[in-house]
Amino acid sequence: MSALVEVRGLRVEFRTARGWAPAVDGIDLTVHEGRTTAILGESGSGKSATARAMLGVLPPRQSRVSAGAIRVDGRDVLEMSEAQRRTVRGPEVAMVFQDALSALNPVLPVGYQVAEGARLHLGLRRRAARERAVELLDLVGIPDARRRARDYPHQFSGGMRQRVMIATALAAEPRVLVADEPTTALDVTIQAQILDLLRRLQRERQMGLLLITHDMGVVAQMADDITVMYAGRVVEQGTADDVLGRTEHPYTCALLRSVPRVEEKGRPLEVIPGSPPDISALPGGCLFRPRCPHAEHHCTTAPQLVEISPGHLSRCHQAQVQAEVQAEVQAGEVAGG
Amino acid sequence: MAELLLEARGVTKHYRVGPLLGHRRTVHAVEDVTLAVHRGRTLGIVGESGSGKSTLASMLVGDERPTEGEIELLGRPLHRMSGRDLRRARRDVQLVRQDPYTSLNPRMTVERIVREPLEIHPDLVPRARRRDRVRELLGLVGLSDDHLDRYPHQLSGGQRQRVGIARALAVRPQLLVCDEPVSALDVSVQAQVINLLENLQRELGIGVVFIAHDLSVVHHIAHRIAVMYLGRVVEEGDPDEIHHRPRHPYTQALLTAVPDLDHRTRGAETAGPTVLSGEIPSPLDPPSGCVFRTRCWQAADRCAEVVPPLETQGADGHLTACHFPLVPADRDERRPSGASG
Repeated sequence: MSALVEVRGLRVEFRTARGWAPAVDGIDLTVHEGRTTAILGESGSGKSATARAMLGVLPPRQSRVSAGAIRVDGRDVLEMSEAQRRTVRGPEVAMVFQDALSALNPVLPVGYQVAEGARLHLGLRRRAARERAVELLDLVGIPDARRRARDYPHQFSGGMRQRVMIATALAAEPRVLVADEPTTALDVTIQAQILDLLRRLQRERQMGLLLITHDMGVVAQMADDITVMYAGRVVEQGTADDVLGRTEHPYTCALLRSVPRVEEKGRPLEVIPGSPPDISALPGGCLFRPRCPHAEHHCTTAPQLVEISPGHLSRCHQAQVQAEVQAEVQAGEVAGG
Repeated sequence: MAELLLEARGVTKHYRVGPLLGHRRTVHAVEDVTLAVHRGRTLGIVGESGSGKSTLASMLVGDERPTEGEIELLGRPLHRMSGRDLRRARRDVQLVRQDPYTSLNPRMTVERIVREPLEIHPDLVPRARRRDRVRELLGLVGLSDDHLDRYPHQLSGGQRQRVGIARALAVRPQLLVCDEPVSALDVSVQAQVINLLENLQRELGIGVVFIAHDLSVVHHIAHRIAVMYLGRVVEEGDPDEIHHRPRHPYTQALLTAVPDLDHRTRGAETAGPTVLSGEIPSPLDPPSGCVFRTRCWQAADRCAEVVPPLETQGADGHLTACHFPLVPADRDERRPSGASG
């Protein structure tokens, strides 16, 4: 299981009326070959900013990466020139966005747009690239791909456009696919088709998949590893079994309980009061404190991300206390034994 | 049974479009829909994009007039009203929209937004009492006096939706039609608005039509659910019935497509005949017979010839429009369980 992308201590800042504000504050993240890593978060949690930083496509002037490293194949993308980055974007890491209509070029046939990646990065000649485009469109499930390759983005439905975008991302045979809310704009029956497609592609190519979403059902069904973000920080991180099966952080717990479940009809939903904080006016201490049902006086100091069990991390004072107790018990056992 | 507030019978909406390239065409947005809403009850309407649910909502609040069929609001014919009668009728039924950001005037303060309906219907509350009434309404939806002077852009998504609900409640409606009221909101905020709607219903005894694409949300809030596909109601019944014993293949496909929150079923490709291929056909040219047949795995010749009527199958009050309704086995028992991956 080799690491394809390693994000370390990444900090991204956005320009606001009150100056530079941290949209992403020190996130560590690894995408492995053949595995799906999910970033789960609400709007403003910094999940999309993280993805965009990885590809070097953050909006210039409004945002900046102020610290950290993003290593792709051992090389730091943040140290690269734009020309060097272009050799990474595509063959190493490719991205699928939520809104395919604005991500595709409206005045070029989709076949041309898919072929472009194969021409630029694989050095295919025009005719070969065109054939490759038809193959890719067929692979992602566009019926009658040869004919449809000549059509323009607006001639496709939302679900089909999303498939076209996935085909363009696959053209340069990336080792990592970053998908930012790839199914949010789609109906559930179409979402099921796209998720199946991503799963199949990943299995066949052993791609690393970084899935960014706010949808807990999608995360539960797709992710091997989960990073939960809140207001720009990682609050919980671990395998899917850790985060969903042995949930530690009060925010993750509350999120999971706020989703209506069939077996709990008739009971009022558990509510997280208030709304996520504005990144230009973050509260001191634990960022979730104003909405946390377990907040105590010591939550006014910022908690660290601590390891509760191997690979399972939580940013909460409760977890910190637990981890310390555990460490003491272990130390005691060692001393006693 | 609680008092009947609104009844739609055989409601149909066609739009004529064109002439495009020489011929006029007809959009079949809503086709022969019959439903009823009672006091203190919630009717959930589920459907994907293109199902006609928003067009139906516009007709239920009197914004659009049906091409055919009747809508009775408190015993009066809403579908025939115009002018002053219609304005008066709109007090009884109010619409809450999906995106409170585009439906609230950005240049008005919260106070003016909530107060405006009281100015339009001046006999409701005397001028001197209107400010108090606005405060009362804000209190009802969980906002405080601090919010009176704010503008929509200074509010969070959840707060904006509360303002939208307060404004709808200003005229003391008997019925609230909510069109995707929580789908633009963050998950953690959705639950707040759903609970608010449930509390308001209990306190005020209003009827609610709750339209959404999210089945689990509708299942939670509704007393009865209607599933729409391409302009038609294909199944209607008790939420638990619909959820555990769907009779219509489309309902079953919809239920299967919702990603399970249980991560132990992860990686199991949603297999079997219930994964729908293809997409919803164009309402410009709906299929003959059953509208779902082009994506249905058990479609037969008969499905192309005869429109299946919405009729009782199995349990009382469980209606299905299908020539070959599914055999009721408890759906949850057939789901993959345990750590099958």
